[in-house]
Amino acid sequence: MALKYEDVIAKYEPVLGLEVHVELGTESKMFCGCNTVFGAAPNTQTCPVCLGLPGSLPVVNGKAIEYTIAIGLALNCSIAPFSRFARKNYFYPDMPKNFQTSQYDEPICVNGYLDVTIDTEEGPKEFRIEIERVHMEEDTGKSLHMGGATGRIHGADYSLLDYNRAGIPLVEIVTKIIPGTGKYAPEVARAYVSELRDILRGLGVSDVKMEQGSLRCDANVSLRPIGVEKLGTRSETKNVNSLRSVERAVRGEMIRHAELLNKGEKVVQETRHFHEDTGLTTPGRSKEQAEDYRYFPEPDLVPVAPTPELIEKIKKSLPEKPSVRRKKLQEAWQVPDKEMAAMINADVLDLVEATVKLGADPTRARSWWLGEIARLANEKGVAAAELPISSADVAEIVALIEKGELTDKLARQVVDGVIAGEGRPAEIIKSRGIQVVSDDSALMVAIEKAIAAQPDVAEKVKGGHLPAAGALIGAVMKETKGQADAAKVRELLLKHLGQA
Amino acid sequence: MSNISRDDVANLAKLARIDMSDSELDHLSNELAVILDAVARVQEVAGADVPPTSHPLPLKNVFRADEVRPSLTPEEALSGAPAQEEQRFKVPQILGEE
Repeated sequence: MALKYEDVIAKYEPVLGLEVHVELGTESKMFCGCNTVFGAAPNTQTCPVCLGLPGSLPVVNGKAIEYTIAIGLALNCSIAPFSRFARKNYFYPDMPKNFQTSQYDEPICVNGYLDVTIDTEEGPKEFRIEIERVHMEEDTGKSLHMGGATGRIHGADYSLLDYNRAGIPLVEIVTKIIPGTGKYAPEVARAYVSELRDILRGLGVSDVKMEQGSLRCDANVSLRPIGVEKLGTRSETKNVNSLRSVERAVRGEMIRHAELLNKGEKVVQETRHFHEDTGLTTPGRSKEQAEDYRYFPEPDLVPVAPTPELIEKIKKSLPEKPSVRRKKLQEAWQVPDKEMAAMINADVLDLVEATVKLGADPTRARSWWLGEIARLANEKGVAAAELPISSADVAEIVALIEKGELTDKLARQVVDGVIAGEGRPAEIIKSRGIQVVSDDSALMVAIEKAIAAQPDVAEKVKGGHLPAAGALIGAVMKETKGQADAAKVRELLLKHLGQA
Repeated sequence: MSNISRDDVANLAKLARIDMSDSELDHLSNELAVILDAVARVQEVAGADVPPTSHPLPLKNVFRADEVRPSLTPEEALSGAPAQEEQRFKVPQILGEE
């Protein structure tokens, strides 16, 4: 029986460390002119440089440097006046060069921070996440492991390599250790990745698609008994690819560590793989033999020494921070703190904003994204943004409600239809035969029928006992198969019975 | 005489995936020590006023514009591959069964 989370945090303090890899959205690769488009046929975006053929020489993509400096500045880092690339040597076929061009002891940005706010039982709470470094490197190729039962590397007969991704500029953002989050560690980890993603998206330096791997998070977790200074042994959960998974992976690892420690066993320092289906991790490569990458300065590339003028120019071009943008939206929409936090947590803020931009009322837009759509997303175990419903669909539905052509109940059917892939709202209204009965004379026929069927109830209403009207309204709604607007029915009914 | 032990050489060989016999390890640890000594003499020449460098020329900030250039065709890219399948490089088993 698994340990309860409450028991873990009653005894231990979690310490986090987060490494986020971001693929930059440049047109061409880091050191050569190959295209970076996602999803191209295998090995159609390679050249002698990114294949590591003898005699080829890399040249740094200037845009990638500017993007990285922008990221550093947005994360309150110092920009190093001098930085160099280094070779990280290892034998693994995901890099055809037998090394990855990275940065070692001279990263381009150092010592920053990012403040994140999470919603707690005691109200919103802010945590400062300190950033150790932001450095540049290149992405690796993609391996397919063939044979064996699981498609995993263990037990595979051989592997197939596609180097389209090899050499795409990659930025690694590493936090310092993060103590002091206590029971909120999973939420803080998620909030950090979410805030970072919003910043990167705002900067326009990456498409930050976690599901496509352009933003990936490695979560380091360790536990120490409360009151103990010395850090516990950490595990590193690799490539967690959704916000929800970041939270689940941290919580899961905390429970797993605590179970081991309670039994008097040791946590092994190793990398682990997160499984979306179970929410559990399994061991990857053990780090017991410390890796020896024999880093040395890359002799084929000259140092990067950004001028103060360049840094100043980039600083001036930085967009408004997501936290500032959120504050503006909250004021414009008149949203209470709790609702605002709920939108951020459900990751629907951008969707609500887009819906409002298309003319929808902010309150209605918000209640659809946080209500029915969030409920359906939850049911399917995906994020609202992953459902096949767009802000345009929601704006259209809201407009129909405002025009009185849809009731909330019918609108839910339209939402269901869009998410079920039946088409756009107008098509679903047509194909499902959805229409609001607003013709008064048709409603009056149904109302008179209901009164005739329940004369005693009608008498009570006539006598001033208004709650009794519910039974008649219910009968009308049944008669009209739920397509009438209940408020309208009530209005007509009461008028008819002399009570309005 | 520089200090490079037989264990150092064995470790390097392992990292570089080179299978070496006992006699080769003995032989190489001596030979590498001589080479290191030769290189170490350069350090004697470089005084405190000579900064370490990774590059022979005092260049910095050499960048290219972010422009897409033609890639190789997949046939060209794979032409030197000892084995291929599904337009991908085919490599032997990476890790054995655990």
